[in-house]
Amino acid sequence: MKGNVMTREMTGAEMVIQALADQNVEHVFGYPGGAVLPIYDAIFSQNQVRHILVRHEQGAVHAAEGYARSTGKVGCVLVTSGPGATNAVTGLTDALCDSIPIVCITGQVPTHLIGNDAFQECDTVGITRPCTKYNYLVKRIEDLPRVLHEAFHIASSGRPGPVVVDVPKDIQFAKGVYSKPKDFPHTGYKPKLKGDMDKIKQAIDLMAHAKRPLFYTGGGVVNSGKAACDLLRELVKLTGYPITSTLMGLGAFPAADPKWIGMLGMHGTLEANMAMHDCDVMICIGARFDDRITGRLDAFSPGSKKIHVDIDPSSINKNVKADVPIVGDCAHVLEDMIRLWRTGAIHPDKKSLQMWWTQIDNWRSRKSLAYRSSNDVIKPQYAIQRLYELTKDKDVYITTEVGQHQMWAAQFYGFQEPNRWMTSGGLGTMGYGLPASVGVQLAHPKSLVIDIAGEASVLMTMQELSTAVQYRLPIKIFILNNNYMGMVRQWQELLHGGRYAESYSEALPDFVKLAEAYHAHGIRCAKPADLDRAIKEMIAIDKPVLFDCVVDPKENCFPMIPSGRAHNEMLLGDAGVSAEDAITEEGKVMV
Amino acid sequence: MNAPSTTHYPAAPTAQKLETHTLSVLVDNEPGVLARVIGLFAGRGYNIESLTVSETEHRQHLSLITIVTTGTPMVIEQIKHQLDRLVPVHHVVDMTLAGNAIERELAMVKVKGKGDNRVEALRLADAFRARVIDATTESFVFEITGATDKIEQFINLMLPLGLVEVARTGIAAIMRGPEGM
Ligand SMILES: Cc1cc2nc3c(=O)[nH]c(=O)nc-3n(C[C@H](O)[C@H](O)[C@H](O)COP(=O)(O)OP(=O)(O)OC[C@H]3O[C@@H](n4cnc5c(N)ncnc54)[C@H](O)[C@@H]3O)c2cc1C
Ligand SMILES: Cc1ncc(C[n+]2csc(CCOP(=O)(O)OP(=O)(O)O)c2C)c(N)n1
Ligand SMILES: [Mg+2]
Repeated sequence: MKGNVMTREMTGAEMVIQALADQNVEHVFGYPGGAVLPIYDAIFSQNQVRHILVRHEQGAVHAAEGYARSTGKVGCVLVTSGPGATNAVTGLTDALCDSIPIVCITGQVPTHLIGNDAFQECDTVGITRPCTKYNYLVKRIEDLPRVLHEAFHIASSGRPGPVVVDVPKDIQFAKGVYSKPKDFPHTGYKPKLKGDMDKIKQAIDLMAHAKRPLFYTGGGVVNSGKAACDLLRELVKLTGYPITSTLMGLGAFPAADPKWIGMLGMHGTLEANMAMHDCDVMICIGARFDDRITGRLDAFSPGSKKIHVDIDPSSINKNVKADVPIVGDCAHVLEDMIRLWRTGAIHPDKKSLQMWWTQIDNWRSRKSLAYRSSNDVIKPQYAIQRLYELTKDKDVYITTEVGQHQMWAAQFYGFQEPNRWMTSGGLGTMGYGLPASVGVQLAHPKSLVIDIAGEASVLMTMQELSTAVQYRLPIKIFILNNNYMGMVRQWQELLHGGRYAESYSEALPDFVKLAEAYHAHGIRCAKPADLDRAIKEMIAIDKPVLFDCVVDPKENCFPMIPSGRAHNEMLLGDAGVSAEDAITEEGKVMV
Repeated sequence: MNAPSTTHYPAAPTAQKLETHTLSVLVDNEPGVLARVIGLFAGRGYNIESLTVSETEHRQHLSLITIVTTGTPMVIEQIKHQLDRLVPVHHVVDMTLAGNAIERELAMVKVKGKGDNRVEALRLADAFRARVIDATTESFVFEITGATDKIEQFINLMLPLGLVEVARTGIAAIMRGPEGM
């Protein structure tokens, strides 16, 4: 793979690696097998693209997702045909749901055997059609260079997503001419970046006259990039309006800023959800009105005019009717908004805004995230708070598994910067966090990378600890071990009369010994008094660490909007300030 | 508060009025493109009432897919956006919203019978400007083109006269006037 010659004759397998190199891919996560051996051979004889051997193809995709989300680049995966491809499906679906750019190259049986039920054949393009943004079966060597480069273009542009390129083995052996293409086969694919100026003017007009405005932002701002996050900060500063964000949008706006009112949605703060319910102008930027956010649709923010900025027209008016729909990229639209706001001689209604902030502060004073602390058992919320306090000044990246621990991480770990928070939001894939942290650590070798895990989730992809050990990736797996599939238990308590069918984590391994078996480091901590020291030990060790943090098994995650309820019908934990004790009369009426 | 929920999903929306729309979808004619379109409808639970496909611009390898679908106005809007975001899709035009489209389909109708029935079938076919494209002493195959309701009407009339079977193309649609899509 040497030489800079733009056009050269080479095999299909070499083209795959050359295209990755030309796309500046430094790492590809993969697992070999018969149908990709020529590509592995091509990997062997070059050193531009480094292959990371995972332990399961699902892990390869999650690692690539972590890599992608923490860098803004495309994550790259290489797997074999049949079981290799089917094992990747969960990861691909996860990336589709969370708009993560992935290019996944799958081996396929030789073209003459396709459809023949050949050994390790599966209909990869058929199986992955609904779980990719796009996919290809390459049947001619002439098509391969253009397809490979188009795959990167499609994965990373517009609303990002996973793309599969299925390459039959005979195509990998075939020789052809490689060049970096200037144009792509699909001329109809042109994501719209600039928003419609008339619409943006309408939006600014609404915003300027708002009495109870609210920014509701999401993963799309992170997708759009650092510039979009900076512009969002600027617009919030200019307007002085409150801002909340979805799970996927955390970090786009700093949690330490007073304008930040916490995450919204099912497990969001009281102030964020009440503000959503009562606002008169909602400014939605790069979020998709997911059902974890809206709750009961007919009671969703009934009195507000809704501005919705999204690059994907199908996200707009899907669940909630937008009054001002703006199709475009967040950064582009935010830039126009800021310009119009600055030049528009805008005089916001100071008095109404003052009242709005007073109202929000009342809700805040209810302390909806409060929990009962304990000296005997570690409260999971406390564990996250301590983890945050002891790591916040470091260069830190957080991934999570799925469950209560994920929600506590979202509530109690303050994210100040984008791309620092990797979680499976849309698909909610248990087993995401550990492999994702492998990908993050590879991209940021000097940083502190922590997977906040649950004891059940982490067992789903535990084998990737072996990958971390092999590549000396000092990831920290911080397990909030509550001995339950806590999130399931919480729902059973709520919806099924406390009949905890199969949600107890029976026969757990000894995580410390398990760590040692993997040649990693194990720590167990069960006492609040020991926690700080144990966390410091975890941080200090330059090795993968499995931290078994034994927490209160009965703790539930609050606040919570029970499904089918409106934002102003939240369930609070019993430790918050009661409505009666909250400061003003309005506060009582509102809750 | 309303009755306690037993699921962690929001309730189904209350019934809304359904509309029928004809969509013209211009796509790259490549392997699997139809599977993508149909898979979208199946996967998202949209209805397909009628579907026709054919390559219409050979040099650019473009095919026109005409789909008749039903849904609430919000769902129809979703369908159009979901189609539009498929990578090989160039345009989606809602012929029903555009308002001035011509819609036609072709049917071949086989009728078996003798005596009066046979005479009556032939007479009706003439009235509907259906052509006889096959005949035996005891049967006809008629070819009829027209809007869907005309074809439905013709088939209904043939029913008591010995209707055997029908083959229909599904709807093709085009806009009136000089402009293309
Ligand atoms: C157990 C569990 C509990 C959960 N509870 C909550 C909760 O309480 N609160 C919560 O918020 N979430 C929660 N979630 C996550 C939830 O399921 C969704 O994943 C999340 O709310 C979606 O975030 P989003 O709206 O920001 O959309 P994303 O999935 O991040 O989608 C991004 C949107 O932005 C658009 N976009 C992408 N790129 C751009 C661009 N460049 N410019 C403009 N637009 C762009 C996309 O088209 C899309 O519409 C939970 C998940 C789990 C697993
Ligand atoms: C692959 C997968 N299977 C099942 C679920 C359903 N589920 C959601 S949370 C959860 C329990 C997670 O338990 P644990 O990892 O211990 O986290 P906790 O809620 O206890 O913090 C389950 C089973 C899921 N999200 N993903
Ligand atoms: Mg647990």
